[in-house]
Amino acid sequence: MAAEREPPPLGDGKPTDFEDLEDGEDLFTSTVSTLESSPSSPEPASLPAEDISANSNGPKPTEVGLDDDREDLFAEATEEVSLDSPEREPILSSEPSPAVTPVTPTTLIAPRIESKSMSAPVIFDRSREEIEEEANGDIFDIEIGVSDPEKVGDGMNAYMAYRVTTKTSLSMFSKSEFSVKRRFSDFLGLHSKLASKYLHVGYIVPPAPEKSIVGMTKVKVGKEDSSSTEFVEKRRAALERYLQRTVKHPTLLQDPDLRQFLESSELPRAVNTQALSGAGILRMVNKAADAVNKMTIKMNESDAWFEEKQQQFENLDQQLRKLHASVEALVCHRKELSANTAAFAKSAAMLGNSEDHTALSRALSQLAEVEEKIDQLHQEQAFADFYMFSELLSDYIRLIAAVKGVFDHRMKCWQKWEDAQITLLKKREAEAKMMVANKPDKIQQAKNEIREWEAKVQQGERDFEQISKTIRKEVGRFEKERVKDFKTVIIKYLESLVQTQQQLIKYWEAFLPEAKAIA
Amino acid sequence: METHAEAGKEGKPLCASVDLQGDSSLQVEISDAVSERDKVKFTVQTKSCLPYFARTEFSVVRQHEEFIWLHDAYVENEEYAGLIIPPAPPRPDFEASREKLQKLGEGDSSVTREEFAKMKQELEAEYLAIFKKTVAMHEVFLQRLAAHPTLRRDHNFFVFLEYGQDLSVRGKNRKELLGGFLRNIVKSADEALITGMSGLKEVDDFFEHERTFLLEYHTRIRDACLRADRVMRAHKCLADDYIPISAALSSLGTQEVNQLRTSFLKLAELFERLRKLEGRVASDEDLKLSDMLRYYMRDSQAAKDLLYRRLRALADYENANKALDKARTRNREVRPAESHQQLCCQRFERLSDSAKQELMDFKSRRVSSFRKNLIELAELELKHAKASTLILRNTLVALKGEP
Repeated sequence: MAAEREPPPLGDGKPTDFEDLEDGEDLFTSTVSTLESSPSSPEPASLPAEDISANSNGPKPTEVGLDDDREDLFAEATEEVSLDSPEREPILSSEPSPAVTPVTPTTLIAPRIESKSMSAPVIFDRSREEIEEEANGDIFDIEIGVSDPEKVGDGMNAYMAYRVTTKTSLSMFSKSEFSVKRRFSDFLGLHSKLASKYLHVGYIVPPAPEKSIVGMTKVKVGKEDSSSTEFVEKRRAALERYLQRTVKHPTLLQDPDLRQFLESSELPRAVNTQALSGAGILRMVNKAADAVNKMTIKMNESDAWFEEKQQQFENLDQQLRKLHASVEALVCHRKELSANTAAFAKSAAMLGNSEDHTALSRALSQLAEVEEKIDQLHQEQAFADFYMFSELLSDYIRLIAAVKGVFDHRMKCWQKWEDAQITLLKKREAEAKMMVANKPDKIQQAKNEIREWEAKVQQGERDFEQISKTIRKEVGRFEKERVKDFKTVIIKYLESLVQTQQQLIKYWEAFLPEAKAIA
Repeated sequence: METHAEAGKEGKPLCASVDLQGDSSLQVEISDAVSERDKVKFTVQTKSCLPYFARTEFSVVRQHEEFIWLHDAYVENEEYAGLIIPPAPPRPDFEASREKLQKLGEGDSSVTREEFAKMKQELEAEYLAIFKKTVAMHEVFLQRLAAHPTLRRDHNFFVFLEYGQDLSVRGKNRKELLGGFLRNIVKSADEALITGMSGLKEVDDFFEHERTFLLEYHTRIRDACLRADRVMRAHKCLADDYIPISAALSSLGTQEVNQLRTSFLKLAELFERLRKLEGRVASDEDLKLSDMLRYYMRDSQAAKDLLYRRLRALADYENANKALDKARTRNREVRPAESHQQLCCQRFERLSDSAKQELMDFKSRRVSSFRKNLIELAELELKHAKASTLILRNTLVALKGEP
């Protein structure tokens, strides 16, 4: 439909045109035209995307019922969009223009953010992603299971191999069900690759489970006791949750490294993940350096949303940590209760043995049996306490650390842009000086440098916008996932508590007639 | 800290370990109790139409040491050698509870105001529970004495109940402490007697059986009591854990802006209610199981003491027989030896007869008490489990119903 429209002459392509416009339609057209006439299009490949998003009637009309993500994005943006309601109308109205409306909100948002110029590639990248998402739909039909921990090798070189099974109907995979064997360092390697690719552009990459030198050493040394089996089970469950979270992420799911991890039978050994390797130490040093830098970056936050969210996540982090500590105490005490109940059961049995009144003796033995069963119950409940409640909390504490990391990357990005602007200023000053001193060759050099830094400034701004947009979207998705996750687990946990109580009822109901039978 | 307990007014003793057939001719109860810095003052109220007393209704104030004095007086009285003397009440011990309250007062800054209030409430309830228990223990001791046909007629008992002034039972001086020490040595000799190591021949099957039974029973019930205590404490600990969990969920809920808000707040409420239920489970286990086991541990010790006394009488009888034989062979001082032997024989037979009755009473008392408490325990556990299930289910429905 936009094809029918005659883009108004845009002589200067100055971004400020946008600001003169008042109502939605014009805004829209000017946007399109700005894109078309954008002076610097470093990514010509994006133009075809422009056709799809701006011109085709393709899937758009049927998508007027926007998918959740987009609605969320729009919902969040409307708070800050100072433009009035007319821009909403394109979506709701049944005029021809709706053909392009799904793109409209996005393009409206982009200009609003601090930028003064619009960059075509940024917008089109967004649209492409959105299209991909739509194609995949909100239903992520992929299920990952981590199972069958197996010890491979002997002594200190031994390791645990886990079976990773994927069940999926997604077309990007060659089979619908397949499994591979992976070891812990493979998972760490996967995370490391994904993090290096996606973290710095604002994607919340789920963190991998933590290393544990003590735990692994026990397993390697061959201690076949309950603590090492518990450790292995804890790790297996954590790896499974890690993969589930990673594949749920629409962008990460597309990543070839992830696919290779899930599909290929042989995987190159990830050596840089060892705790005490050179790379490991370098990572630690970098992390420390980052921490120092973060403290010195004084960012001019012009977008209250980011400040708000950061504060929110900070609070959430604190509260989750508190809750986690209390739940850990609960697990510990429930285990103690279980042990004490077992001990009592034994002594009740002994007491029943020495009791010389027959009926009472029998009742005491029954009591001992009941208490033994209750001990089992407590143990199972302690597992539920831990695996459902406690691990959920510790997962989210680490996830929030990843979220904070992403916000930090945005700050660094801003810093880079700032620095570029400062350098540009310096270069301009230098040029001015050269002009005065009248040194023609130096002037040319200065002009070259200015051009170079102008490009860097533009890139810096684009990167900053991009990361900001990505983060908004990611945070929206993260929050949705978080709500779903917590609700599911809370319900499961409560159901486990109900189970325990029902069993208790069964046991005591069976015991009551025995007690009454004492004559 | 001053605490009052209207124990008597509640009607029946908290420690329902002893089934006391109420005989209206002598009714004793502890109608009031005050806990001061380092002692507890019990108000013992008596209602009686018996001729021994000057009035029909009167009360006195007694402290723990005076109860012990009364108990020891019974134990040392030869007349009651053939009876099971009701075990003395344990010394009131608020140390642990006081320490905990003090520690809470010293404050932990990471605890919110609501959490602090709840923890304080829990500790105060604990303190009150210990207080009520000690009152009940002292009361049951007196009530058993009042119910026993022989023991209730003791002069010291009347003095204890009626004498308005302080009984001046001072703390034991050195001589008495030494005496106590010697008594323990004698006790070990008794242990030798009762475990059959001294070679004393038991003549009666009934007592032989009772001896082996009581020895084992006492050890095992002591074990069971200690372990039941640990279970109860672990349960209490668990219930207390719900306090910070509920508080954290509450904070989380108030900070959330999405659907999790109501979920967290509902969960916080749930844990608060679960806490109360778990607390009740713990205190019911305490009253119905731990306390009962503890009481019968003490009672079985009193029964063992009776067996010692009987065996000592048997030993005396055997010695008197030997002395008589010796006197007869030497034909010197036969008369005194004869009368001494007769006395010992009579004493031994008297003790054996009353001991038999006492031990059979002990068994029936024990059986009926266990029955009552086990039934009540099971019923209470069921009640609490059903209540827990109900609130859990309600919360689940509410959570699942939300979009």
